[in-house]
Amino acid sequence: MSDFIPNIHAFCCHYTSQQMCNEGQEELSREGFPENVVINRMVCTGKVQVSNLLKAFEEGADGVYVVGCPEDKCHNLMGSQRAAKRVGAIKKALAELSVEPERIEMFHLERGFHPEFVSVAQEMDKRLRKLGLSPFKGEQS
Amino acid sequence: MIIAERKPVEEIMHMVSSAERILVLGCRGCVSVCSAGGEREVEILASLIRLGKQKEGKKAEVLEGSLVRQCDKEYIDSIDIWEGKYDAIVSMACGVGVNFIANLRPATVVYPGVNTSFFGGSAEQGVWAEQCAGCGNCILHHTGGLCPVARCAKSLMNGPCGGSQDGKCEIHSEVPCVWQLIHDRLARLDRKKDMLEVAPIRDWRPAGHGGPRKVKRDDLSV
Repeated sequence: MSDFIPNIHAFCCHYTSQQMCNEGQEELSREGFPENVVINRMVCTGKVQVSNLLKAFEEGADGVYVVGCPEDKCHNLMGSQRAAKRVGAIKKALAELSVEPERIEMFHLERGFHPEFVSVAQEMDKRLRKLGLSPFKGEQS
Repeated sequence: MIIAERKPVEEIMHMVSSAERILVLGCRGCVSVCSAGGEREVEILASLIRLGKQKEGKKAEVLEGSLVRQCDKEYIDSIDIWEGKYDAIVSMACGVGVNFIANLRPATVVYPGVNTSFFGGSAEQGVWAEQCAGCGNCILHHTGGLCPVARCAKSLMNGPCGGSQDGKCEIHSEVPCVWQLIHDRLARLDRKKDMLEVAPIRDWRPAGHGGPRKVKRDDLSV
């Protein structure tokens, strides 16, 4: 296993991140939530803009993911569907820059306390450890 | 309005490969409304260029700006506020804006950030459809307001062509046959007899086939 620890930014809506807010970072860590995942809590993932997600890469993220409500059960009706479309747009742009589109992902989870909130973070951590350092961190000439 | 679509990022990166200071310049006119080149899209493209340059290991400073319009000399003059701060401009306006910058700034390097697609409108959220070809000799009064130049695959003046089936175009099976729509609409408006008139052979010179076009208004000229 590589020593590389990826810098991961998660954008989660108010409802899917309740677990983190109630239990706190320490309790989440005890449950196996990777400490290298920075959670950005939002009122709704429909609020996240393409530019917010790109900015995370600019600021040094090796990977980014969004956690929103189930597609057909978003608290704000279509917020998580909109977020998924925006994640899709970034996947396309990353591919055009010859960067792995898997560095960004959208997850739809039930609200409240669920082990999936931890498991998607672990999945991204595992995926990004495999992908390695972000190609955007190339040496400047 | 003019509908446009951002060019592929790799094409834009190739254009700006030698530039170290880039001004991504949006337009708050048509391209802003169709979400191709307004302030939000400037922010996205600037970010993608910065990331692309970082990936290439190249230094780059990417500025973001936008003008009220890029199709008027008065607004192009406001580019002066970034004077000396860029090597190249990526204009996210339609082709008119890129031409205006090139016309008025002889020493400025300017690249197009979007493909200018057509004159159209919003068909549904995220979908735009061509409605007008800017052909210079409008015949919409004969066709119930529906344009066969822009919306018929063959730009027929007397239609339908005979190839349409179930009200759909034979060239693009998902597109309604505009001549079917014209006949249906004129019938609804009690103007069926208008369809018996045969349109004469069209003079395409006003459509641009005679070279670049110009509109001159003496009452507005100074």
